[in-house]
Amino acid sequence: MSDESQKGYDKAFDNVLRLRIMSILMVNERYDFNSFKALLQVTDGNLASHLKHLEQAEFIRVEKSFASRKPLTTYVSTDKGRKSFQAHLDFLEQLIRQNKAS
Amino acid sequence: MRFSIIYFEFQSTFKMKTPEEELASIKSMMERSTRFLSLSGLSGILAGIYSLAAAGLAWYWIYFPKSSWSDGTAILSFRDLLNRMLLLGLGTLIAAVGSAYFLSKKKGAGNAQPFWSPASKRFLQSLFLPVALGGFFCFALLHESAFELIPAAMLLFYGIGLVQSAQFTLGKIKNLGFTQLLLGLIAAFFPDFGLLCWSLGFGLFHVIYGTLMYFRYER
Repeated sequence: MSDESQKGYDKAFDNVLRLRIMSILMVNERYDFNSFKALLQVTDGNLASHLKHLEQAEFIRVEKSFASRKPLTTYVSTDKGRKSFQAHLDFLEQLIRQNKAS
Repeated sequence: MRFSIIYFEFQSTFKMKTPEEELASIKSMMERSTRFLSLSGLSGILAGIYSLAAAGLAWYWIYFPKSSWSDGTAILSFRDLLNRMLLLGLGTLIAAVGSAYFLSKKKGAGNAQPFWSPASKRFLQSLFLPVALGGFFCFALLHESAFELIPAAMLLFYGIGLVQSAQFTLGKIKNLGFTQLLLGLIAAFFPDFGLLCWSLGFGLFHVIYGTLMYFRYER
């Protein structure tokens, strides 16, 4: 295994939930907390802690606004997050290729 | 190889198994978050049946006992006929949208998918903008007494709506959209066949595509 392929691996995506959150934000301009909860079928606390983790890694950005006087929290992926996710995808693809070769 | 083994061991504690499964899970999340996948095929079949019944009734009111394509177009001149046609059209629309709503909601509940999601909102927006504009355009045609072009306009605007919204729902809807557009163009150039094209597009092809969707995604 060369260093080149190891580079793509990102610990932030160890967790399935964080990986799914990032997948959703790759193809959606923005996504709100409640829609995440409904799609991923997880509890508030669990979701919030993983969102926090991604936010601290600067992979996502939080945007708070109001929709008909109710607070609405939406999440947006950052350039850094999208790059890391792409690298992680490349890493997975390379793993698959290697497994086929061996 | 060493690193990939470590990777698997590491992942196994987090319930993820192979990189293939991980990629599949990523793809599925991307699909489910952008596409409204609860659209029910059964509702397409029902919409087709309502349309065929409505087209039969319209044919009976306008052309009976002649066929609409051998004896030229009948001209809508009676207020009574106009009112009946408006009510019939509205009734068919409400019945079709109603069944689509209830059946899709039911299908979504079965898959634990919420009916209102960012994906379903995008789907409805992209479908209903052309459809609503088409509706207003048909009222303009009615106002200008260009009755023979109404089936063509309905087919064309609905076709555009389907082609545009296909990217936010089951992708196969796009082909149904192209079918409607083709029938719409035929109806525009040969208005005598307007009602026939309308029955084929809104009736027969809804039933065909609804059946295909049902067997492809719901069985």
